[in-house]
This record gives sequence, structure tokens and C-alpha cells, in this order.
Amino acid sequence: MGEGYKCREDVFLHAEKISKIYPGTKALDEVSFDLLRGKVNVLIGENGAGKSTLMKMIAGIEQPNEGKMYIGEEEVYFKNTTEARKHGIGIIHQELSLFPNLNVYQNIYMNKEKTKGRFALDNKQHMEGAKAVLERLEHPLDLNQKVGELRVGQQQMIEIARNLVEDDLKVLIMDEPTSSLSQQEVKVLFKIMRELTAAGISIVYISHRLEEIMEIGDHVTILRDGKYVADSDVKDIDVSWIVHQMTGGAKSYPTRDREVDWSKVENVLEVKDLCLPKAGGGYLVDHLSFELKKGEVLGIYGLMGAGRSEVFECLMGLHPEHTGKVVMEGRELNIKSIKQQIDNGFALIPEDRQAQGLVQTLDIEKNCSLSALTRYKKGPFLDAKLEGEKVDGQIKDIHIKVADKKLPILSLSGGNQQKVVIGKGILTTPKILLMDEPSRGIDIGAKTEVFEIINKYAEEGLSIIVISSELQEIVAISDRIIVLSNGLKTGEFYGDEIEQDTLVLASYKGHH
Amino acid sequence: MAAKQNSGNNKLAMTILKGRTFIVLIILLIFFSITADNFMSAGALLTVAKHVALYGILAIGMTYVIITGGIDLSVGSVAGLAGMIAGGLIQEGLTLKMFGVTLYFSVPMIVLITVLLGALMGMLNGIVITKFNVAPFIATLGTMYIWRGFANIRSNGATFSELAGSEGLGNTGFEVFGRNLGGTAIPCGVLILAIIAVAAGLVLKKTPFGWHVLSIGGNEKASKLSGIKVDRVKIWVYAFSGFCSAVVGIIATSQLVSATPKTGESWEMNAIAASVLGGTSMAGGVGTVGGTIVGAFVIGVINDGMTMCGVTEFWQKIIRGLVIIIAVIIDQVQRNLQAKMALQARNENK
Repeated sequence: MGEGYKCREDVFLHAEKISKIYPGTKALDEVSFDLLRGKVNVLIGENGAGKSTLMKMIAGIEQPNEGKMYIGEEEVYFKNTTEARKHGIGIIHQELSLFPNLNVYQNIYMNKEKTKGRFALDNKQHMEGAKAVLERLEHPLDLNQKVGELRVGQQQMIEIARNLVEDDLKVLIMDEPTSSLSQQEVKVLFKIMRELTAAGISIVYISHRLEEIMEIGDHVTILRDGKYVADSDVKDIDVSWIVHQMTGGAKSYPTRDREVDWSKVENVLEVKDLCLPKAGGGYLVDHLSFELKKGEVLGIYGLMGAGRSEVFECLMGLHPEHTGKVVMEGRELNIKSIKQQIDNGFALIPEDRQAQGLVQTLDIEKNCSLSALTRYKKGPFLDAKLEGEKVDGQIKDIHIKVADKKLPILSLSGGNQQKVVIGKGILTTPKILLMDEPSRGIDIGAKTEVFEIINKYAEEGLSIIVISSELQEIVAISDRIIVLSNGLKTGEFYGDEIEQDTLVLASYKGHH
Repeated sequence: MAAKQNSGNNKLAMTILKGRTFIVLIILLIFFSITADNFMSAGALLTVAKHVALYGILAIGMTYVIITGGIDLSVGSVAGLAGMIAGGLIQEGLTLKMFGVTLYFSVPMIVLITVLLGALMGMLNGIVITKFNVAPFIATLGTMYIWRGFANIRSNGATFSELAGSEGLGNTGFEVFGRNLGGTAIPCGVLILAIIAVAAGLVLKKTPFGWHVLSIGGNEKASKLSGIKVDRVKIWVYAFSGFCSAVVGIIATSQLVSATPKTGESWEMNAIAASVLGGTSMAGGVGTVGGTIVGAFVIGVINDGMTMCGVTEFWQKIIRGLVIIIAVIIDQVQRNLQAKMALQARNENK
């Protein structure tokens, strides 16, 4: 291998043992991948399995820490998207990356502008080119319309048109293109994909919708935890094979073996018909009802965009416009603000540690005491002694490895930063702890410690709701799991009923 | 071993960087004491302090605002309008047309009314910024024009120059804020600066409110999710900046014993410069009142020192500009070093 590698005849691009390390995690671990020429190559795996990361390497958005890529006999290295594009590789992002303030043809020709002379834009040529490519896609649009005013499906077409407008497209990477499309638009998209592959263009297709994959895919590659698991032609497999490969079947975390008769435990929280309307119609959270027992760990599983974080946001008072009933210890809450909900005994460990959890300019101690600061007062002043004692106690309780609590928060490792965020929540002495992806972006060792924290406080009587995209993890820590899909509750599983395969199937139910 | 040496060097560099404004201040004092005659005399220094008091107080309010990640361009205009309000109340009183009477207030009453109105003006900035989601730069640019306009309208552009008051109306004594403290050579403005600085410094570092201010600038989203009432804190911070501006308006008017609508024009720039020189980060989340005071003195010493050396106003502007830019560049160096040290500590912990 290495020197003189030559791709197989039916392979356009070969990635060899690609690794990518982010602070605290290995997103890709020696993954090899063959991109088949003129086929729909499907990549599948749970959230965080490394699908998008692998595609970012191939599209030149990010660069691998280790590993090589070959096209034909040539070793290639893409230091940016322009380099990748020179080899005919285009990508459509999961999040649309269009310019809503510009019109259709300006978007299509962004950074590929044609000019008259050296400087003047040749808009006539832009409009003709844009018109031609949209006709090829059977999606004529008003070329002067602002892209922000178009429907999401139409925007998706512009993303494709952007990649098609230059003749040399060889690979089109589509990262969850259908997640926001209607049935009709998906049909059109599939037709276009067929035409592209017929014209010899290779497609990489990432999707969570298993039925779609069976319909459009030619070849499936499955990733799990940043590692290659399996690959196969679609004609040889079925949905249950995919699910089995995705989950791996094995369990690496010990499951909870608490013998509690939950029917005898009182409810701490009852949620009835919780609804959060979506801008443009429909619901992000769709008439959701559930209850939470004292000392219970309730897992919420679902795909990205299933409405899981939104449930927490409603409970924390970030969306005072939500409807439905929230009853806590027999008292109906009128949820208005975050502060009020913290005083009511809720605490949130947010999903994105850096953006939502930490104040990077403050030290470790202040990050830990921030939520409870107004409780440590001596007259008008902060009682620094009491604050210090509380923070010290918390550091000891959940084993945060800290040399000096006055050091900057960023001097801690990801796992310890996460524990500080958890400590901040617990210092407000909550009755209900809401944890959104508490183990995201931290290494295995720290993950185990976070689970120990969850177990410890649950046994002390704290009720905990955990959102997680990682199946093994949620199966291991939860007493009960509810599954959300498109804002709907599509499954609820107790104790022995909890199995990875059933969870996955339930998480796809809300999709048509 | 090499790593240890390295981190030791970093720590030394850090100490120097952190004390840089103070070091610059000392160097400036030495420099001007050599180049300008009489600069180190008590009289000259007290004159510097008198000037510094004005934008020092503005800069304290500004520091709070900048720490939350905002900016307040209206401070000079609020000072100007506050001066006109106070001056007008002394010279003309408050005429209530419907009752056909004119009310004259005592000086303490006038001061109270003026600072409350100043705080209210600041509060309005805060409300526009938080509740209507207007960028602080734009909101305060707008109110900068509005308050300046009102300051001119109050007297139709004229100056209130009879601020001595009269015994009969019971409103004498306004000039006390511009004079020295009874029996000493210390200007009253310097004392007010000291009081506000100590109070603001204590609130920033010793109360929950102060830490909320610091955390909002560091990460507004995280602060909000931690239960901090971000909007309310910001509104109070802008109100505080308005209060400081009104105090400055009163002192400046009292020093001149006359109120002109031009008072405070472009002072916001001095206030921002003092904050930034003092280590306040325009990105928010970082800043101290002590640093700002030192920054204000650096600007004051440069201004008065250069004047005493005979440097023209035009060159003074260029030098002031250079000092500010260099200060911010050094700030970036410090930040990078800090990030590097944090990373180092993180690796050592592993």
C-alpha cells in the first residue's frame, strides 16, 4: 500500500485509513472508503458516527490528521474546497449554505463569476447559465428572486444547480438532503440523482431515512463511533441488517440493575400535550405527554431534529409560547422564564458545552457557581467564603480534576469542563435535572464518570432526563426511554423492553 | 525542564503584560517630568487629575457597558444635556405654564433630578438595545444625536451663564463641584471619581450583579441558560453609564460656572480609549475599574504633558490614536499568550 496505490476500475476515489481527531475525541478512526463511480454511495450510522466528518475530508472542508486519498493512480490532498472542486468534487451541506440576501443566479454563480473584461460582472451569461441548469433540473425559477424567499426544497435545487453549473462535476456529496423536503420534492430529487449517475457522476448520499436508502442507494457503507463497520450492495441487504450493523448488537456499558417498583413511586413531573409550533406550520414538539418519577432516569432518544432539545427548552422557559400542561409535584407551572424555572427546581445541562455551557472568560470557580450566585449573599455582597465552600464541595462530589479553582476554565480537559457545567446545574439544588447529550465530545473515561454522576444523584432521589443520540449509552443509563420522531412520541420502553433495535425503528416512525 | 523554563518565562511576560498600562503611566510621568518644566509639581498634577476626573467617570460607566459586550456612544451627549438641565434649573427654574408658576429647586435637589434623568436616558438605551434588538452601536449613535439636539433646544443654542444662583431662591452653591475641596488643593471632581471608582470596583468584583455583568460579556447564551436575567442586567448597566454621564455633566458645568450645549462633544471617544487602554476587551467579558482609571490617567498625562511640552493639538491627536491602537495590539498578544498557557496547563494536567 502507500506508494503506487491504484484505485480499482469502478472506484473514483479511495480513502485509505483516514483519521480525524477533535479535541477530546477521535471522530474518525482509520476509516477506509471506496467511492464507486456512477453509483449512489450511501453512508449510514448514528449521529456522531463520523459520516459527515468523512465527507468533509473528501470535500476539502477539513483535513485528515492521518491517512491518504487517491484518485486513479494519483494521491490527492485537498487543503480547501476549491482544491476538491478542481477534481470535480462538490458538496451540498446538511445546513444549506446559500446567501438568502442574494438572488437565484447570484447564488448559483457565487465564487464562479463570469466577467466582461476584467471586472464587470456578466449577468447576462449568469442568467443564461442559471436558466439552462435549472431547466436541466426541471425546476425553472424566477432568476431575480431572493433565495431567502424560496421554499427549502427550491433552495435545495439551487444547491444542486450550483454544483452542476460547471461541467466538470464528478462527485456530488449530499449530506441529509431530504431532511427538510416534502414527498414530492424527494421524488424529484431522486429522479435527478438517477440522471446524474446515468451521466457518470458519483453520488455520496447521507441519510437517516432507511426506506429511502433502500429505494435510491446502490452501495451502503456503515460507520459506528468513527470506525468502519461494514459495506454491501443494497440489493443484498435489508433494513434489519442495516439496523443491526448500526447498533452493533453488543453492549459495552453495564445496564442499570436497580430493582425499583416504579408504579409505587410518586411522579415529580407530569407533562401533558406539550406543543411547540414550528415557524411555517407544524410542530417541533407535537402533543407530547410523559411523566417523570422521583429518582428516575428517563432517556429521550431520537434523531437530530426530532424535537428532543426543544422539549428541554420548553421546560426551561426558553419558549414561553409553548402550549400544554406541566405539573410539578401536583402543582401546575406557568412557565415564563429560565430564572423562574431554576427557582422551581429545574436545571439544564445544555447540549453545546462551549456555546451554551461555559463562560470562557471566567475561572473554574465562577463557572461552577454562576447559576447559584444570587444565593450566596452577605448583605449586598457575594459571600466568597460560602461560594468557595460550595464549589469545593461540588468539585469533590463529582470528582472534577482541578489543580486550582481560580484557573481559567479552558485549562481543563473537555470531560472536566463538562463536569463543571454539571456541577453548576447541581449547585442550584434542582429536583429535576435535564441533561442534553451530556457525554458529547468527551472521551470514554470521562463518559463513564458522567454516567456514575447520573447514577449517584438518581439514587439520592434526583429525577433526571437524559437526551442522547448514542444508543448504547442511553440504553445503559435509563430506567425508561421515550422515543421522539418529528416531535411525536413514537415509542416508550420500560426496563427489559429497552433494546437498541426497537429504539432505532421507533425513531424512524414519525418520518412518513 | 525546558517546558518549565518556558512556562516561567510566560508567567513573567504575563505579569508585565497585565501591568503594562501602569508601567506606561510611570514611563510617561518620568518622560514629561524631564521634558516639561513644572510637570511634576503638585499644582500641575492636580490639574491633570481635574481633567482626568471628567472622562475617568465617563470611562467607568463605559467599562461596564463594554464588559457586557456593548458600547455607549451617547455618554458625551448625556453629559451635555445633563449640564443644560442643571444649568437651566438654576438660571430659569421650572416653569409650569398651566399653573403660571416657576419652581426653583435647591442645588442638592437639582443634582438629584439631573442624575436621575441621566440614568433614565441610559436606561432608554438599554431598553432599545435589549427589547428591540438594536445593535448597541446604532442605538447609542441615535441617542447621541437626540440628546445633543435636546441640549441645544433647551437654550436655543445659547449658554446658561448665571449659575451662581441667588440667596433669595435658595439655589446657591452649584460651583462647589468644580472647585477644590474646602481647605485642600484636591478638586471635588477627583473625590467624586474616587467614590464612584471604589463603588463600581466593589460592585463589579464583589457582588452577584457584577459577576453577572462579567459573565454576560463572556458568553451571553450560557449566562442566559444559567438563569441570569440578561436583559435586566444590561438595562441597569446602561442606566449606570447614563448616571455617570450626568455626574460628569454637572461637574463640567460647575467647573465653568456656565452650561453650554456643546459640553461633552466627542468625550465618548476619550472614555472608550481609557477603557480599552485599561485592558477592557471590546469583545466583552474582560475589564476592571482599576485598569480603566489607570487608562484614563495615561490619556490625561499624554494630553496635558504634550500641551505643556508645546506639542500642537494636531500631533496630540496622532499620538493618542497610535497609543490606542498599540494598546489593543498588546491586548491581543496577551490574549494569545493566555490561551497558550491555558492549553499548556491542560496538557500538564493530563
